[in-house]
Amino acid sequence: MLVPGIVLAVVFLYLPMLGLVIAFQDFKPWLGFVHSPWVGLDHFRLMLSREDSVQVIRNTFAIACLKIVFGLLVPFVFALLLNELRHMFFKRLVQTLVYLPHFMSWVILGGILINLLGNSGPVNQLLSSLFGIEPVPFLADGDWFRFTVVVSDIWKEFGFGTILFLAALTAVNPSLYEAAEMDGAGRWQQTLNVTIPAVTPIVIVLGTLSLGSILNAGFDQIFNLYNALVYDKGDIIDTFAYRVGLLQTQFSFGAAVGMFKALISFVLIVVAYRMAFKFANYRIF
Amino acid sequence: MYYKSRKYRLFYICNFAFLLVASIACVLPLIHILAVSFSAKEPANAQAVGLWPIGFNTDAYKQTFSNPNFLESIVVSIERVLLGTIIGMAVTILTAYPLSKMNARFRGRTMYTWFFVFTMLFNGGLIPTYMVIQKMHLMNSIWALVLPGAVSAWNMVLLLNFFKTVPRELEEAALIDGANHIKTLWYIYLPISMPSLATLSLFTMVAHWNSWFDGMIYLTDAQKWPLSTLLQTIVVTEDFSKINMRPEDVKLISNETVKASQIFIGAIPILLVYPFLQKYFVKGMVLGAVKE
Repeated sequence: MLVPGIVLAVVFLYLPMLGLVIAFQDFKPWLGFVHSPWVGLDHFRLMLSREDSVQVIRNTFAIACLKIVFGLLVPFVFALLLNELRHMFFKRLVQTLVYLPHFMSWVILGGILINLLGNSGPVNQLLSSLFGIEPVPFLADGDWFRFTVVVSDIWKEFGFGTILFLAALTAVNPSLYEAAEMDGAGRWQQTLNVTIPAVTPIVIVLGTLSLGSILNAGFDQIFNLYNALVYDKGDIIDTFAYRVGLLQTQFSFGAAVGMFKALISFVLIVVAYRMAFKFANYRIF
Repeated sequence: MYYKSRKYRLFYICNFAFLLVASIACVLPLIHILAVSFSAKEPANAQAVGLWPIGFNTDAYKQTFSNPNFLESIVVSIERVLLGTIIGMAVTILTAYPLSKMNARFRGRTMYTWFFVFTMLFNGGLIPTYMVIQKMHLMNSIWALVLPGAVSAWNMVLLLNFFKTVPRELEEAALIDGANHIKTLWYIYLPISMPSLATLSLFTMVAHWNSWFDGMIYLTDAQKWPLSTLLQTIVVTEDFSKINMRPEDVKLISNETVKASQIFIGAIPILLVYPFLQKYFVKGMVLGAVKE
């Protein structure tokens, strides 16, 4: 039964790993893997000395960190608030609506956001009629671009992120609340002393695990939202590898950039899983 | 009782209102694009449309559906979703079943599991993968979109964990009655795992419907593009150089209302399957991810 899975994995997942040798070569398609000259770590050195690639690594970190922090915080708070609702129908309705954006692709959302956030788009129209301010360059200025990327990502994913927290909240033993109530705790006190401690383990697990995605700033999203104006603050490793590696056919340099990312991610994921196992006894299988 | 106190009631009302606003904010952009797609050209191009169409008409949809490129790409997308989901789920099920057995029953289980899990931790990245696809002569073939993603270690692990919760007595009873592993999998494991399978299928379908990047790099022939790739090019990058179109056609599709209608059509399948499978995926997600 394992054969189809193994064959597909070897061909499409393990062969590319072997293909990473081109990161150490000056790969020429007409020479092939065997005959292309070896250059050792030259491409990695080049990457760390080129100003644009260093900037790209910095961008990736900055965007991913912001996404991770708020991507944990917002769903957590949202789940706490949602948990207070006792109108079941309304609760279901809210859940259905907030899960939806997660299932939309960044192509669709990119198309919508570019329309919404343009200089004369509805959002800027609304802002200027409410506050009378100049149009905000959401997608045309580096810093604003980062802001837009983080906020739109949170907007897309926070609903889906609440699922796990809600599950953890329903697993809290009700008798703890009753006991707290007997001791005269109000709802706020109960939240502080019962709910939050009960859900902390899962927050820790999710937080540690997200360490592994610290170099994943979101290729799909950035690619569909960015333009040449914001490359300085918005270009990330993945988009950079694509632009330089495939579009400018610098295969070896692109592979080196990709490998740099894969290696760091690998180390971080392993560390994260170990920590999650140690602190919260989390295992993947 | 805290919820009878005045302060809590006030909080409850504010909370209610806040959640309502937050959840509406999740669908507003979609409503906006729907309104634009049904509006007349002039207000749409002047970005005067908010949440309600101005000068209601369905010209944009007529135009979209009269574009043969668009219709062909929908066919490609459907083909891709069907092939991708069937193959992907088959591989996931076939792999997860043996790996869910105990070590004593299946020697080397841990090794095989790591073989798959390792692909979650490390990957060759974009460029080597691209070169493998190229060397396999899969360029310009739908298999380039379907096969590389067929092994999803993540889905496999979720299903494996679900399979582990199937009571062992059931399986033993089946084995005593003379069922082999294929029959046990088919008649016992799969029916029990419906919530999990429905969830994973939904995720796989959505992923295939939504993905556009592989279409862009592996299919150099724009005629074979799936809808998402076509939309990416028409709506987001507005680069018409790859698509063979007369200038007057380009003018037609770069119209805001037509773009909006295309975006909305791209979202329809998701809007259709999502409400039905929603009750499953909450259950399936949680069961797979949070363990006792």
